[in-house]
Amino acid sequence: MARFVVRRLLSMLVVLFAVSVLTFLIFNVIPGGDPALRMAGRQPDPAQLERIREDWGFDEPVYVQYLKTMGQLFSGELVSYSTQQNVVAEIGKRLGRTFSLAIGAAIMWMAFATALGLYTAIRAGRLSDRLLTILALVGISMPVFWVGALMNYYLGFKAGIFPNGDYVPLGEDPLEWLYHLILPWTALSLLFIGVYSRVLRSNVLDTLSEDYVRTARAKGLSERRVLVRHVLRNSMIPIVTLWGLDFGAVLGGGAILTEAVFDLQGVGQYVAESVDQLDVPPVLAVTMFGAFFIVLLNTVVDIVYAVLDPRIRLT
Amino acid sequence: MEERLDSVLPEGVETAVRSDALEETAEREHVAGVGPWRLAARRLRRDRIAMGFGMVFLVLVVICLAAPTWATDVAHTGPLKNHLTDTVVVDGERKDVVSLDGVPIGPTWQGEFFLGADTNGRDTAVRLLYGGRNSLEIGVLAALITTVLAVWAGLLAGYARGFTDAVISRSLDVIWAYPVALLAIALGTALSLQGLQIGPIEISGESKLIPILIIAVVYVPYMARPLRGQVLALRERDFVEAARAQGAGPVRIMLTEILPNLSSTIVVFFPLMVANAILLEAALGFLGVGVRAPEPSWGNMIGDGVKHILTGPHLAIVPGIMLVATVLALNVFGDGVRDAFDPRARIHLEH
Amino acid sequence: MSSGPLLTVRDLGVSFTAEEGVVRAVDGVTFDLLPGEVLAVVGESGCGKSVMAMTLMGLTRFPNARFEGTAHYKGLELIDAGEEELRRIRGAEIAMIFQDPMSSLNPVMRVGEQIIEQIQAHEGVPATEARERVAQLLDRVGIPRARDRVDAYPFELSGGMRQRVMIALALSCGPSVLIADEPTTALDVTIQAQILHQIQSLRDETGAAVILVTHDLGVVAEIADRIAVMYAGRIVEQGTVNAIFYDPQHPYTWGLLGSITRVDRARPERLPAIAGLPPSLADRPEGCHFRPRCPHEFDRCRDVPPLVARIDGDDDHLDRCWLPVEEKRERREVRPGEIGLGRKPGAAAA
Repeated sequence: MARFVVRRLLSMLVVLFAVSVLTFLIFNVIPGGDPALRMAGRQPDPAQLERIREDWGFDEPVYVQYLKTMGQLFSGELVSYSTQQNVVAEIGKRLGRTFSLAIGAAIMWMAFATALGLYTAIRAGRLSDRLLTILALVGISMPVFWVGALMNYYLGFKAGIFPNGDYVPLGEDPLEWLYHLILPWTALSLLFIGVYSRVLRSNVLDTLSEDYVRTARAKGLSERRVLVRHVLRNSMIPIVTLWGLDFGAVLGGGAILTEAVFDLQGVGQYVAESVDQLDVPPVLAVTMFGAFFIVLLNTVVDIVYAVLDPRIRLT
Repeated sequence: MEERLDSVLPEGVETAVRSDALEETAEREHVAGVGPWRLAARRLRRDRIAMGFGMVFLVLVVICLAAPTWATDVAHTGPLKNHLTDTVVVDGERKDVVSLDGVPIGPTWQGEFFLGADTNGRDTAVRLLYGGRNSLEIGVLAALITTVLAVWAGLLAGYARGFTDAVISRSLDVIWAYPVALLAIALGTALSLQGLQIGPIEISGESKLIPILIIAVVYVPYMARPLRGQVLALRERDFVEAARAQGAGPVRIMLTEILPNLSSTIVVFFPLMVANAILLEAALGFLGVGVRAPEPSWGNMIGDGVKHILTGPHLAIVPGIMLVATVLALNVFGDGVRDAFDPRARIHLEH
Repeated sequence: MSSGPLLTVRDLGVSFTAEEGVVRAVDGVTFDLLPGEVLAVVGESGCGKSVMAMTLMGLTRFPNARFEGTAHYKGLELIDAGEEELRRIRGAEIAMIFQDPMSSLNPVMRVGEQIIEQIQAHEGVPATEARERVAQLLDRVGIPRARDRVDAYPFELSGGMRQRVMIALALSCGPSVLIADEPTTALDVTIQAQILHQIQSLRDETGAAVILVTHDLGVVAEIADRIAVMYAGRIVEQGTVNAIFYDPQHPYTWGLLGSITRVDRARPERLPAIAGLPPSLADRPEGCHFRPRCPHEFDRCRDVPPLVARIDGDDDHLDRCWLPVEEKRERREVRPGEIGLGRKPGAAAA
């Protein structure tokens, strides 16, 4: 166990390093990303450009710039090129919003996908299964920002049932928090419900044909108990892995489109805006932050997996 | 479940029914049966829902291909032509294409401005069809490139193992660790400014090849990982061993022995890859880093529509429905293809 | 055995509608199971014996399955019983031991928990008491350090140990009928004998009747009282162990017996085998299903022979072959004594 965690932490460092290098390269090696030009505004005079380059260290070799930037990131001193605001502080401000989106949506999609996946598997081959399976595919086939925009327009703007955008912190008013997040949660969940319910359906179908399920039935257990204790429990184990990874991705700012369309001002939207400005420091910080969550949850998921399935040994 | 006769060994009065009869049965069924491809094709043809959605996709493709015909003969305009100050007669009434306060006309359900106009006074239906051509082209080409890259990555990593595998797999992990949308927009923003230069090949930032390449690269790990796993298993099989014993080189073995065994996986993946590529193109379009305006694609049309949803909701709805229909058709059809190759509803007679 | 049969099966049929047409997996199966006896159902794989066993417990769950005939157990009709009635029977009255102990236990549940689950499904026993009972059961089926093994996961036990757990599971509610479906096939030879003796001695202790489904005549000879030979979904011969081994009536049974090897005899040049293949269940020959493989086929074989007693004075020995008894005794290559089991015909009153 301890060895496993150490190994995972090491490989986490490697991945984070690679992600940071990749991000840095995307923006620095590709020409046109010269931040000095952007910072100097319209018609910069060469002297001004030179000064900016010197001040920010853009004249130094790429690896020096990389090391400097990483150093600043970890000491929390990194500032944005465009707004000059502290990047870590900016992420901190937006963290609550992204976490709220991720946690609510993750619970929502898991709950609905479990119910849908189990139901369609039990009814496999029948009309209700086929219709619901196509419905799940509709969820997968819709761009989240499109669904979100339509929801906002029809349910928020026109019908006035839900608030149009905006965010209320949980600490301020839990009910309003919930009320304001229902649409974003739903929009984000639709895709995942589609994916998860299909994965679960096929897992359940596989598990149903397992010998131990036959044994469970031969024991005279109620069908409900067979399904929950034997079929669902074993079918859910692989889903937990998937869930952890996707939850990590959303937590790390991966739900860029959802955040943008509902104007949630979360971490994802922050990175999208920064990319648009070719503002490397926030992009670097958020990708590191996101990759950290993905790798962290990957590790957590593996440990949970081993707890759920005693056959798995962590090595 | 097969009865495991091989584990029954004679001991005292032992060994029952001769097992060669059983083996022969298995062989007979194998010979009498048709090949997996024809079997899959037969099952697919019998799957009415999958075939129906496959037809829907084909119809959508044909409609999009007919874009120039619609533009010149029905709508009498082009995808990039502005009609900001023009008027159109609807039900005998003369209306502004775009009103003075900037509200574009909605669907007229007649030849000109059939699906209304956008805020620049361009015919939505015409742009929809031309945009569809772009979206489909990007989707199919990106999926093709993904497939080629993923097959090579999977073959090399799985067959060579060791160091090559480690390098390829870790590179894929890094791409994997990026949220798809983030990687795509980062690449999109960076590349669309200056374009891309690979040796002598230069791609301008406005070229459609930029989104195609981005989408293709982003999805490589999703396909390469399962393929690598399959190659790892295949390389241990007897026929590969036999080819190796006959002195076949690694490239030859990869291409003639292993690749054909990956083909069903590739076929199953492909429609789903096209569907995902079209969706990602839409996301790039929404974020403004996909197909460059004024050239239309479903993605940038939806992005544009979402921005103007309050003035002209049809601008978001129309391309969105088209895109969902296409992607859904591909997904349902792809699902049918997968089921045809891997049917779960088989009947086991003996448990 | 003066009491009436525990289980009465009459004309049981199971068919599946499949792509290739209707598959009749079980066809007109008729037998009685007496209290405390071991009935062996023998046949090649795919002959329908496992489907028959599963059907008795109402566990043939395919939506395309159709059932015919009756199976009476203690006043209950099993074939068209409701799910709740069957649920109460399963595990408590009729328990089953499956072929593959490796896959028949839930891999992520402790073995004790899996047995407790069954006990609590049928009896309102508190958890601690059920746990105690499980420990005793595991001890009784010969698992060393039984008390510690209650909390073991299946993967921590060997195949033989797991099959013992399955037996303990089957016995936990004191069933009257034990259906063992190929209980030893997946095990090592040395373990096979142990498991068989375990089943036998438990039968002696508890008085439960056993239906032993197997393709292995060696297993049958060791513990069965009566034998039903199945071929292509039908019972082709039925009788006591001695009757079947010493006076087999059906040519298929001759083939089965002929393919037994014995280590105490010189090995023949080539093991005699039954020529040909069993028919596909979807496309079986008319009349006697064994006809195409039978060297003794004649005109009447085009009609289905009924399963009746054909030997004078032995009403319990039934078979499905049109050949006159005398001719059969003349024609069969397997003669009484040659495949002897150490017992002489009629020596043991079965």
